[in-house]
Amino acid sequence: MLSALRCSSPICRGIVARTLTSLASSVALEGAASSLTSPAAFQVPAKVSFSSPVRGFASSADAPKGEEEPPPPPPPALSDPFVRSVVASVPKWVEGVCLTSDVPIIYVKREHIVDMATYLRDSTGAQFRVLSDLCGVDYPSREQRFEVVYNLMSVHYNTRLRLKVRCAEGESVPSLHEVHPSANWFEREAWDMFGIMFENHPDLRRILTDYGFEGHPLRKDFPLTGYVECRYDDTEKRVVQEPVELAQEFRFFDFSNPWETLKNEGKEVPLPTTK
Amino acid sequence: MTSTPAAMAALSMASKAVIGGLRGNVSSSMMTTLRRGISSLRVLPPPCGQPQGALASAPAAVSSANNVFPNQPLFGVSFGGRRTYAEEAAHPLAERKVKNFTLNFGPQHPAAHGVLRLVLEMNGEVVERSDPHIGLLHRGTEKLCEYKTYMQALPYFDRLDYVSMMVQEQGYSLACEKLLGIEVPLRAQYIRVLFAEITRCLNHLLALTTHALDVGALTPMLWAFEEREKMMEFYERVSGARMHAAYVRPGGVAQDLPLGLCEDIYLFAQQFASRIDELEEMLNGNRIWKQRLVQIGEVSARDAMAYGFSGAMLRGSGVSWDIRKVKPYDVYDRMEFDVPVGTNGDCYDRYLIRMEEMRQSIRIIMQCLNQMPEGMIKTDDRKVTPPSRAQMKHSMESLIHHFKLYTEGFNVPPGETYTSVEAPKGEFGVYLVSDGTNRPYRCRIRAPGFVHLGALDFMAKKHMLADVVTIIGTQDIVFGEVDR
Repeated sequence: MLSALRCSSPICRGIVARTLTSLASSVALEGAASSLTSPAAFQVPAKVSFSSPVRGFASSADAPKGEEEPPPPPPPALSDPFVRSVVASVPKWVEGVCLTSDVPIIYVKREHIVDMATYLRDSTGAQFRVLSDLCGVDYPSREQRFEVVYNLMSVHYNTRLRLKVRCAEGESVPSLHEVHPSANWFEREAWDMFGIMFENHPDLRRILTDYGFEGHPLRKDFPLTGYVECRYDDTEKRVVQEPVELAQEFRFFDFSNPWETLKNEGKEVPLPTTK
Repeated sequence: MTSTPAAMAALSMASKAVIGGLRGNVSSSMMTTLRRGISSLRVLPPPCGQPQGALASAPAAVSSANNVFPNQPLFGVSFGGRRTYAEEAAHPLAERKVKNFTLNFGPQHPAAHGVLRLVLEMNGEVVERSDPHIGLLHRGTEKLCEYKTYMQALPYFDRLDYVSMMVQEQGYSLACEKLLGIEVPLRAQYIRVLFAEITRCLNHLLALTTHALDVGALTPMLWAFEEREKMMEFYERVSGARMHAAYVRPGGVAQDLPLGLCEDIYLFAQQFASRIDELEEMLNGNRIWKQRLVQIGEVSARDAMAYGFSGAMLRGSGVSWDIRKVKPYDVYDRMEFDVPVGTNGDCYDRYLIRMEEMRQSIRIIMQCLNQMPEGMIKTDDRKVTPPSRAQMKHSMESLIHHFKLYTEGFNVPPGETYTSVEAPKGEFGVYLVSDGTNRPYRCRIRAPGFVHLGALDFMAKKHMLADVVTIIGTQDIVFGEVDR
């Protein structure tokens, strides 16, 4: 019955064994060997700036009021060897790097995202063949309000990597559908939800919202209730759309605590500055 | 083959109709082919994997051999489409293009597994292009999560993929815990894994048997739903709800297991293997089942990765990738289980993989029951998890914590995480961005079904219409998660 199957947990464990370390070393060997050998290449990361959002949970009970707070930790050095090698090999494509998250984040220049994704997919030491997720995030307070987040996965090295591209309203991001076909629907969704345009996309239609929907619902300035509601009109024998009428005022309680329970509460995560 | 008198009568009627249509110009050889064609009707449908010659070359263009004006350009060649009456009169035999037939499949189709509208461009019975129109069940879960506290957002995750509820709760809870930086007690982790595997069985039973139902086998569903009912009873006993449990929460699980539940799960798991045997006996060697599944929807490993497949869809193509193995969460690193991997990447391999995964789930369930430790079921951090009701009645501090947690909720340090779990359908990921308040700044849900359905056009190309149903079945689509 299991002729077509082979149970292969040892193979899986084999994948686990090859971790990021080997990934990094192989990139250093193959991908960027030339640039890493020259001492000048190590100065490249210095151009790149880093964000250091304070992580870790510290409740008010943990930190007594009178005690002096420990000095803030120094900004982390670019410790991840793989990210360092990427930055060293393609410094012009990289805007910044953040290593304090769960996976390394590389901020990529908008016009070079296709190059970067192709490079990461095809270089032997990275093999990020799977685009497991692509989504938009809206930060209305920023000059470039949208962030497109690409979560890449390398099955070969069992590693994940996050790329980010920032774009302002009205700007467009190159489409990744030729590098990763799975980007097709993800980008349609990002267009639908945020109104982020994708250049060279074969079919940039709305995907999740209704036919004829207006607006981009996941933007922060789009109200939760929306603008229109639809119902079936029995006299007209069709579905009609009307401005939304709320029987009760939209309730959005602000429970924000007067006591600080976290360090840096409410502060926005600092961004790496753009060169 | 002998024919009954009634069949013969029908046959002669049919030949008459054809003769009438062709104005009496039918040779006797055509009659014999016609008769053979009808009398040798097979009971089973022919294997419909690759388009056969006659069907693949369905009428694309009428021959232009009899063009009366050979030096003039033909209207139909240059323009195509419908011609005007004047054109028709001027060039009665000019070549004309036949447009592909567009077929609307759904949104209310029993084989669409929900509200899926497929616009299929057909060439005869062969699908040239398929364009899934989704979003008919869109409820704006991601937007709603931004307006709820972290705990209030949790029940939305039950309602995404409404046949694998607890795994999605687990995915969201793990993401929250990663941002909070808290540890979950061991017993809670075991309970989570135990119920995640029960959920996997729940999902696979539904996926396989509704797939069988679409393909034409009714019985497996009747058998499997009895087992599903038993497992949903476990859901009910542990959380109070048969489906939308809201049981796995950030920091642990909601309540401890009730007395006697572990014994009943053990008894269930003991007999469940033979239920799987029965299903396999019925389907594995079944001629119709294999004719409909083998070599249908074949995907190479490279394509599977390029299209972002995960779960059984990726393993069916021969990629040994299971998040429970490669990046274990909770106590999966303590579990012994095997990951079945396919070789051909067709629907039949994926079916076998899902069957085998249920057997492996039983192994994990048994190990969880045997190793289940005593102890707490949620983390002791009262800033994150609420106290028990008994404590609340006795301690003022517990009452305050309870009140604060159920009004304000807990604050999550700023940061972001993409956390993924191996849901029965594939990689279920939660990309959570926190700005330090008590509400998620952004809660992106990466649903496996969305990605798989995005590759439907690729998978169904040049297949028959009936194979589209098979492919939707093998993708294990549930619209709660596709549309979010």
